[in-house]
Amino acid sequence: MRICESAAEAVEGIEDGSTVLIGGFGMAGMPVELIDALIEQGATDLTVVSNNAGNGDTGLAALLAKGRVRKMVCSFPRQHDSWVFDGLYREGRIELELVPQGNLGERMRAAGAGIGAFFSPTGVGTPLAEGKETREIDGRTYVLELPIKGDVALVGAHRADRMGNVVYRKTARNFGPVMATAATTTIVQVREVVEIGDLDPEQVVTPSIYVDRVVAV
Amino acid sequence: MSSAALTKDEMAARVARDIPYGAYVNLGIGQPTLVADHLDADAGVVLHTENGMLNMGRAAVGDEVDPDLTNAGKQPVTELPGSSYFDSAESFAMMRGGHLDVCVLGAFQVSAGGDIANWHTGAPDAIPAVGGAMDLAIGAKQVFVMMTLFAKDGSPKLVPSCTYPLTGVGCVARVYTEVAVFDLTPDGVVVLDTFGTTYDELAERLDVPLTQG
Repeated sequence: MRICESAAEAVEGIEDGSTVLIGGFGMAGMPVELIDALIEQGATDLTVVSNNAGNGDTGLAALLAKGRVRKMVCSFPRQHDSWVFDGLYREGRIELELVPQGNLGERMRAAGAGIGAFFSPTGVGTPLAEGKETREIDGRTYVLELPIKGDVALVGAHRADRMGNVVYRKTARNFGPVMATAATTTIVQVREVVEIGDLDPEQVVTPSIYVDRVVAV
Repeated sequence: MSSAALTKDEMAARVARDIPYGAYVNLGIGQPTLVADHLDADAGVVLHTENGMLNMGRAAVGDEVDPDLTNAGKQPVTELPGSSYFDSAESFAMMRGGHLDVCVLGAFQVSAGGDIANWHTGAPDAIPAVGGAMDLAIGAKQVFVMMTLFAKDGSPKLVPSCTYPLTGVGCVARVYTEVAVFDLTPDGVVVLDTFGTTYDELAERLDVPLTQG
């Protein structure tokens, strides 16, 4: 675990072709400064996993606008302010894997928890389950879903201590905790880094074992 | 039976009336959100929002607006005493695990057998987006749909079988529309209530067999 001096230092070494998990539900929990640093850093040909596909012109939308993303894996790309993604998609310049939101979260949870695959009731009988293995268990049909593992996770949180224990704030928590478990390198931006012992251990949401780099922005 | 079709607010009030005391409820984006305005504080209903909160309060105004506290439609909201926050994986475990009593969804089409289509028109230039709709549709103990009964071109949205891509199979319990409320039962579609129309008129206009409730 390393406390970084800058967002630029925090995103060092992210390689072209990486799968990057990016937290946030809309702008709540979106690690905007880390994404800006990633744009500067220059990694391209990325697969990005995030609930949405960018809002307005900042954060994830800015990364998309730079043409750095080959494929989006998300549940809800179409929004009133998703014009960047909409344009790329209509021009055929980005690939989309649409995943129901619960399967998206659970697939990352599985990756982080060492689960090889799981049977989900979500999506059965719909186009999003086409071509996937199904099984009947106790009279109900389920579809096989595989884990989503990230090379890198970029997470926006509230506070971290110098060991990398992390707390979130309100609904900005969303995908952060599960993404933190599912990537080889987890990078967390926080509003404040506090001393070891200053976070109540009962309140820690993401334990330090999952966190590789922290930066205060 | 009432003499006029319901307004959107009256539809929302009609849905709210059927939500049991103390229920844990998820209201979908769009029209279903209106149901919250018609739930009495003493009904003990706890609202779930899929981005990770229970006991969500009303929309935030003025100084209450906090970018870290939004609903599934990404609008700023407030918290009520007794609220809790959790991550997305847990939020959807609550749905799939059968812990949510009711969800209210909008729809393009519902079939007599309870299939719902509400995420994609299938049009070639449409950008598909599903969000939590598929998880909600199969997860909540009871799925209520709130929609107009007829599309803009006059075609019925309660149909023998959906032509739009499906969201969930056989999961809708009840359909609330501006002109009638329908129960979808294993024995068929039962008309519970009509507003500004008659059972005979509905039977005439819909392509699904109806029973009078």
